[in-house]
Amino acid sequence: MRIISADVVVIGGGGAGLRAAIAAAEADPGLAIALISKVLPMRSHTVAAEGGSAGVVRDDDSLDNHFDDTVTGGEWLCDQDVVDYFVRHCTEEMVQLERWGCPWSRKPDGSINVRFFGGMKVQRTWFAADKSGFHILHTLFQTSHKYPAITRYDEYFCADLIVEDGRVRGVVAIEIATGEMVLFHCKAAVLATGGAGRVFRQNTNAGIVTGEGMGLALRAGAVLRDMEFVQWHPTCLPGTGILMSEACRGEGAILTNKDGYRYLQDYGLGPLDPWPRAKAMELGPRDRLSQAFWHEDKKGNTIQTPHGSAVNLDLRHLGEKKILERLPLITEAARTFAGVDPVREPIPVRPAVHYTMGGIATNVMTETAISGLYAAGECASVGIHGANRLGSNSLAEIVVFGKVAGERAAQYVRSARPVSPERTARLAEASATRVLRLLGNERGERLAEIRDAMMDAMEEGVGLYRTEAGLKAACRTLADLRARYRRGIRLDDRNRAFNTEWLAAIELGSMLEVAEAMAHAALWRRESRGAHQRLDATARDDRRFLVHSIARSGGDGAPQIKSAPVTITKSRPGSRVYGGAGAKAELT
Amino acid sequence: MTDTRTIRIEALRFNPETDSAPRLQRYDVPFTPDMSVLQGLQYIKDHLDGSLTFRWSCRMAVCGSCGMMINGRPHLSCETFLRDLYPGPVRVEPLDHFPVQRDLAIDQAGFLDKLAAIKPYIVSAKDKPLSEGPSRQTPAQLDAYYQYSQCINCLLCYAACPQFGLNPDFIGPAALSLLHRYNLDSRDIGWSVRADVANAEVGVWECTVVGYCSEVCPKGVDPMHAVNENKVNSALDYLGVKRLLGGR
Ligand SMILES: Cc1cc2nc3c(=O)[nH]c(=O)nc-3n(C[C@H](O)[C@H](O)[C@H](O)COP(=O)(O)OP(=O)(O)OC[C@H]3O[C@@H](n4cnc5c(N)ncnc54)[C@H](O)[C@@H]3O)c2cc1C
Ligand code: SF4
Ligand code: FES
Repeated sequence: MRIISADVVVIGGGGAGLRAAIAAAEADPGLAIALISKVLPMRSHTVAAEGGSAGVVRDDDSLDNHFDDTVTGGEWLCDQDVVDYFVRHCTEEMVQLERWGCPWSRKPDGSINVRFFGGMKVQRTWFAADKSGFHILHTLFQTSHKYPAITRYDEYFCADLIVEDGRVRGVVAIEIATGEMVLFHCKAAVLATGGAGRVFRQNTNAGIVTGEGMGLALRAGAVLRDMEFVQWHPTCLPGTGILMSEACRGEGAILTNKDGYRYLQDYGLGPLDPWPRAKAMELGPRDRLSQAFWHEDKKGNTIQTPHGSAVNLDLRHLGEKKILERLPLITEAARTFAGVDPVREPIPVRPAVHYTMGGIATNVMTETAISGLYAAGECASVGIHGANRLGSNSLAEIVVFGKVAGERAAQYVRSARPVSPERTARLAEASATRVLRLLGNERGERLAEIRDAMMDAMEEGVGLYRTEAGLKAACRTLADLRARYRRGIRLDDRNRAFNTEWLAAIELGSMLEVAEAMAHAALWRRESRGAHQRLDATARDDRRFLVHSIARSGGDGAPQIKSAPVTITKSRPGSRVYGGAGAKAELT
Repeated sequence: MTDTRTIRIEALRFNPETDSAPRLQRYDVPFTPDMSVLQGLQYIKDHLDGSLTFRWSCRMAVCGSCGMMINGRPHLSCETFLRDLYPGPVRVEPLDHFPVQRDLAIDQAGFLDKLAAIKPYIVSAKDKPLSEGPSRQTPAQLDAYYQYSQCINCLLCYAACPQFGLNPDFIGPAALSLLHRYNLDSRDIGWSVRADVANAEVGVWECTVVGYCSEVCPKGVDPMHAVNENKVNSALDYLGVKRLLGGR
């Protein structure tokens, strides 16, 4: 096994990982920082983010507004001390990205332009047309070239974390090109591996969004928090799940059912006029819009497509000029992947899985339960999203907390005690042997069979609306799938070099554990809150469930679920109302 | 979808561990009208042959991973549809002019070095504190470089470039477009630190204006234009005259 020594290892080359690596390099240019990613950094999923990133800039806005929208949006399951830190740091990070060259869209006088986003009461979403994530990621990736302290290990796949006496010691990875096992011996590590949307079938996520980091952390003894909260985005192409960004609605697009009726007014998001109006109708939050679709579908008011039912996202009234200027990617994607020209026709859309609100539990300093191990970005649950993330809070999160993670890791390295590399190497050998064993299976099922069965179980039992019976069935199926996975999957490919089937098999192991944590946490939470809706417990229950869920690994068995307190500072839980009712509530 | 037909996909196979020469392997793939070439390859991987190796990620034409030669022309496989290639066969091969890592996956290391060489970041006149807020940049100033910031590094332009085929050291279309992107940015003063790369023998002068790069670019970047504007700049630089385009 090849051994590489680094001070800080950053796992993940998306927005969070790149920001962390840059922050560590700026904090201490003398550090050796290894940036590991299973794909070239610019292929990371951040590249696909469209709509934009939140940061208070307008005179009619305030940090309190951003705080309130976030905490209300998350139905009071947000840690308010963390939200407070977050909203105070978003804007400076947006400015930092601007300095590094991000091509933010501008007003005629050259100042930053901002747009409306769902659930936000003032326009505060910075955008670069509808390619915001693409530009943020490329800006960070290109800027990272300025820092000699950062050494990139592109297309290295992390397979295990080495933890000794509660401290992170190393990372076991596979160099994809050769299949060689590599131990990154380190003092501190930052997990920035992104979400886990791919455990569901219809989703907006890139193929690499498989929850690896969450699985690695869980197995190493860290805990996952709030995994039951999975976000469905209301406007995705049926079948592929390709996203029609919330920016469409931010720019004024409307949603209609098969009769051309704007059905959202029937679900507490109206009245229809005046329009547009913040936090109402199409500018309501994602969970409410996705749930309204579900009811509309049950009433038979949706349009049938070969990939399930849909409603219409109508941009036509915006006019060709605005559509092409503000939503070029959406226009191109609708034309290419749905064969629909949004200038002339409405786009058929339906909800698809989009974002994992939960993740590796950290405090505001991005520290996990393991010393020296930090987590940031979508793989982490730092505490800002609660039961439902507002659009444009995630791109802000990856830079705000990516930076914290990098700085903290750099600081930790200075005080870290020296360790015996021999013992770490022995543990790494054992872990490498486990990983290599997967290559040798002569018998077993095909990978895709178990993966597809997992996705079906999640869609079926852990979907937009959940019941006890459905969740129990999903838990049983997932336990069974894990047992089948342990019995072995048979790979067609036994080579070491560039064996993507082998990597997918390792990923599947993590996905099954992450899916199980989602299902068990959802079973445990007998209430409805934000993105977690139970047909057999339709009310929010603050008395019993104004708490986080915590999932701890149960080894080969089911994860154990416990509760942990939510930090509430200034916003007392109230009712979460949008549309006309919301406007009235805000006045009083 | 009910409308399922079958098409033959011929994939180039090469495994450096075991093969001395590449070979073609044929697969018959059922497809529906909404399936891309990438989805066809995923079908093969899931159901017929798990050893077929290719890169992909976003499946929506923004990450730049899935470029390959499809019937002899560079394309993103996620936005090329099997229905348009029917009745086939569809031949898929790794991007031209790159060393093959395995099957359809090419070695991108050389390109990444070129990207680093052009210093792809803002070189600014002075370090203003962040508290001063964002710099101003008018829509017209943004427009000046915006097109060149659209590159997804998919490398189709390199596969289309005969000069790169002849000389792998040529900095090439995408990296030179990015160089131009930063030189044209109103916030940047880095022309001089990038000039060596542009003016070098393997820089802009290697380009013979074939223009196929701009034709195959899926994002409308027009690398040929970027390279040729830099030839003008480079020539003026050589003569010690102030540059007319971009660069300050
Ligand atoms: C289509 C779409 C549109 C979106 N639009 C918006 C938006 O407009 N605004 C907003 O705020 N949010 C948006 N989001 C959400 C947001 O984009 C993501 O939450 C965010 O980009 C995640 O960034 P990240 O850095 O945490 O992870 P990612 O960008 O997913 O990066 C993960 C990194 O980890 C690496 N990695 C993973 N596992 C391993 C392993 N085992 N070994 C080595 N490396 C590994 C990957 O290679 C990758 O580099 C959108 C999401 C989607 C899906
Ligand atoms: S210039 Fe165009 S073809 Fe070349 S890498 Fe960039 S996006 Fe791809
Ligand atoms: S898979 Fe991302 S560009 Fe094709």
